[in-house]
Amino acid sequence: MRAGGAGREVLVTLVVAALLIWLMPLVIGTYTLTVLVIYGMLGLSLGLIWGFGGILCFGQAAFFGLGAYTYAIAAINIGESTVPMILAVLVPALFAALLGAMMFYGRLTDVYLGVITLVVTLILFKFVNSTAGPQYKIGEARLGGFNGIPGFQTLNVPGDPDAYIWGDPYFYVCAVMLVIVFLLVTWLLRSSFGRIAVGIRENEVRMALMGYDVAARKTVLFAIGAAIAGLAGALFANWGEIVTPNLFSLGQSAEIIIWCIVGGLGTRLGPIVGAAGLAYLKFLLGQQSMIDNTLITGLILVLFVLFLPRGLVPAIAALLTSIFGRSRRKPSARRMRRLRHG
Amino acid sequence: MAETVLETHGLTMRFGGVTASDNVDFKLAARELRCLIGPNGAGKSTFFKCVTGLLTPTEGHVFMRGQDVTGWQPHQIASLGVGIKTQTPNVMDALSVHENIWLAARRFFDPAEARARADTMIDRLALGSIARTALGQLAHGERQRVELGIVAVADPWLVLLDEPAAGMTAQDVDRMTAIIHDLTRSAAVVIVEHDMQFIRSIAEVVTVFHQGAVLMEDHVDRVMSDPHVRAVYLGKKA
Repeated sequence: MRAGGAGREVLVTLVVAALLIWLMPLVIGTYTLTVLVIYGMLGLSLGLIWGFGGILCFGQAAFFGLGAYTYAIAAINIGESTVPMILAVLVPALFAALLGAMMFYGRLTDVYLGVITLVVTLILFKFVNSTAGPQYKIGEARLGGFNGIPGFQTLNVPGDPDAYIWGDPYFYVCAVMLVIVFLLVTWLLRSSFGRIAVGIRENEVRMALMGYDVAARKTVLFAIGAAIAGLAGALFANWGEIVTPNLFSLGQSAEIIIWCIVGGLGTRLGPIVGAAGLAYLKFLLGQQSMIDNTLITGLILVLFVLFLPRGLVPAIAALLTSIFGRSRRKPSARRMRRLRHG
Repeated sequence: MAETVLETHGLTMRFGGVTASDNVDFKLAARELRCLIGPNGAGKSTFFKCVTGLLTPTEGHVFMRGQDVTGWQPHQIASLGVGIKTQTPNVMDALSVHENIWLAARRFFDPAEARARADTMIDRLALGSIARTALGQLAHGERQRVELGIVAVADPWLVLLDEPAAGMTAQDVDRMTAIIHDLTRSAAVVIVEHDMQFIRSIAEVVTVFHQGAVLMEDHVDRVMSDPHVRAVYLGKKA
């Protein structure tokens, strides 16, 4: 019964994703859509560790930026995009594993975790900003300080450096990657590891008293979140064809948190919807100069915290069950669980 | 006498100038049921926390099945096969009864076996009708019962319970007494408790704590009739 439910969920995900990938380009240009998809993946990375692991990271942008810079630096040195893409996932994951081990074995929680991740992001931002001089080189790549790194090899068909993937095909690559990441996250959350992670989110002491090594598990989950953020960063680097220190900025970190809150924490879909929705709104607001868009983002956050504190996706899910749920048989355990976990 | 499963040597815990646990020597045999009593601040809970790894004792040693576990983390101690229930209910409020107990079983068994064991435990605790309800919505007694299930589901050989009867109805207490008796068939059980009614109904050997040290250790009837114990404990209570 469980396996059947999982299979159906994968099928629904694939059908809905295929429809969206087919229909959305008719409404929004693929260039804009690509970045919305990338932000969606970035939102999902924090949604995973915060919503399901209870780890509030104020520095998810650090892993995003690290992924982007790793990609750019490796692409300049290697000249073919496959290995740089892999490195852009591994380097942030490794960095997060070290940082996470330090924090979680040091038993830092809640606000201290936020402070440390925030400070690490600031340090990276300041450091990368100050690397304008020619002495800051990694292999062939100059770090370029506040100017960033332009002119690196963008994504190509694996094994063929001259076959660039850009424009519409690049959108499809990003969208398919997001679907794959989404399915992997789904699988992870259904696995014992994911269920234990949720248990840790709910009560660390209890899980430790059951015999689970909480620090090790949180470190692994933190690294997985960073790997996803790193992948998003690499895709973003390919989209923008330049990486700048702004990727590490506090504004970026704050936005990711707002995406998760607005979309719905503790769901898989919420952070993606929140990210894409708010980023698109920012894009639209960027076309006019009457109102500052951070003001609107702030207003939306305040309104959500006041009136829809659980976020958009849980609210819609609750609405749908209250309308359609009655006619069906009593909600099964599996459906209830899915509602709660998105 | 059966094998000693839990032993402390000169266990001392100081908080600044306060000695909460003072040179406690304690011995527990396999499948023994032992109650720890004493007035508030007698050091029962501190002793309990030192044994479970929630606190690291200032001096002295803790041995479990002959192994020195002093200074171990709680998860390492639990991994030995020790079931622990803390004083305040420690459960996963947003998760269902089944998920709570499954998580406890999953630590020691594969997913399918864990599911089967969780199902069995839920039947045993008569929680079947609320197996899919989130714990946050349950009454206090039911939550306590779930936590007992969490503790018992993985077949522990040592069970440590801090105030399991706190806030329970008489019916809940009866059910729990039965479960604890069940547990003693395979595990040694230590119960820290205030409720004298409950102690009388369940205890055989009782250890009395007073000002951090062990005051007396004897059969429950003799302890209850001891004038000194009545003075420090029962006397103060009235």
